Amino acid sequence: MSSVETRLANKPADYASDVKPIWCPGCGDYHVLMSFTRAFAQLSLPPEQIVVVSGIGCSSRIPAYTNCYGFHGVHGRSLALASGLKVARPDLTVVVASGDGDGYSIGGNHFLHACRRNIDMTYVVMDNRVYGMTKGQPSPTTEPDFDTALSPGGTGLSPFHPLVIALASGANFVARAFSGEPKETAGILVEAIRHPGFSFVEILSPCVTFRPDEREWKNLVHAAPVPATDDPAKAARRIMTDDGFNIGILYRGARRPYESRTAERKVELDELEKDFEL
Amino acid sequence: MSKTPSERPIASVVDLLALAYQIETDAVQRYTELTAQMETHNNQDLVKVFRDLARAEGIHAEEIRKMAGDMDLVAHAQRLGRWEKGGSPEEADLGAAHYLMTPWHALQLALTGEQQALAFFTSVVERAKDAKIKEMAAEFVEEEAEHVNLVHRLLRKYPKPPDAWSEDDDPPAPQD
Repeated sequence: MSSVETRLANKPADYASDVKPIWCPGCGDYHVLMSFTRAFAQLSLPPEQIVVVSGIGCSSRIPAYTNCYGFHGVHGRSLALASGLKVARPDLTVVVASGDGDGYSIGGNHFLHACRRNIDMTYVVMDNRVYGMTKGQPSPTTEPDFDTALSPGGTGLSPFHPLVIALASGANFVARAFSGEPKETAGILVEAIRHPGFSFVEILSPCVTFRPDEREWKNLVHAAPVPATDDPAKAARRIMTDDGFNIGILYRGARRPYESRTAERKVELDELEKDFEL
Repeated sequence: MSKTPSERPIASVVDLLALAYQIETDAVQRYTELTAQMETHNNQDLVKVFRDLARAEGIHAEEIRKMAGDMDLVAHAQRLGRWEKGGSPEEADLGAAHYLMTPWHALQLALTGEQQALAFFTSVVERAKDAKIKEMAAEFVEEEAEHVNLVHRLLRKYPKPPDAWSEDDDPPAPQD
């Protein structure tokens, strides 16, 4: 089959489920879902060969809205779950969806070690700088002066810098996308999924209900002015000094992905069942 | 984002039909998505407006499909790969939606889409060297201009709401 025929084999709609999303109208996560289905179609992956794993939060509802296998897991533990899955079934394409609260706070420690382990999977964090599902609490990426009834005068805390932390922890691919540009975001996701090892994509995805100011992001985002580097120090310096709205692939590493030794050994079901006997 | 005008000249009538079909079907998809969002949030006025807009774009898409005969316009448009970056001209901006939006807001989205489509086909007419392409694009210009006028007429029926349209008597309140 030629590349064109392959590309035409699947349509984005083939990856969408019949379940209607219940996000707020205007939420960036609608576009992220669109980017997921577009990316899967572009890669021509059979839906049954993809697993979308998530934790808890608005963003983590996404597995239900796709037609792939999905696991809506425990708060902050999506990466642990996905790591186990990928090690056991390296043949599957594993995409993990999270938010800034689920991924950087409750799941913060898993984030560090998933980057370090460099298992071949893609981690997508929909960052809206607030806990949306639980109604507006500041998250690790919230600005220090975000003034609400819950955080009068702001938290005064410096925000977490996920892309630099990912780099420092060993992520093999680091990118930033904007939900309002679903076709460009799909392109980044395609590259992230194709790249060997742990790929991290932060998607700026506005919460229009608790952060209506984020509707302005569409006027702030811009393409990264330089191509991706394979030098983590250079990438970190760029990310630390940019305005936070640079969109594109920022780092492509060449570190060898983690290879499971156990996955090569075929375990018979009978053998596995014996392990569960008391 | 590169929605309009046409970046490259259109090479054939089939290319033009395929792109026109993609513009209309993309619009149908977005309006259908917005209909579902408004159903979920029980904004029934908007359910009707977005459903009507989806139906109108669907009729237009079907007319174009009939003009193409047996040609697979979807496959052809994909091969052309236009708008792989940015959206096609009539795709409504989902990010502009709001659970309390009014028909006026929906029609503003529609107006933007129709104006962008008009600009696209106008640029095709201006740049086309082939008489058949020019003639067909001119027909699309006429249709899009009529759609723009139609939205303007509908906007007379649904005037701009007061500035406080998004104020909710029972807002989504932050919780401890």
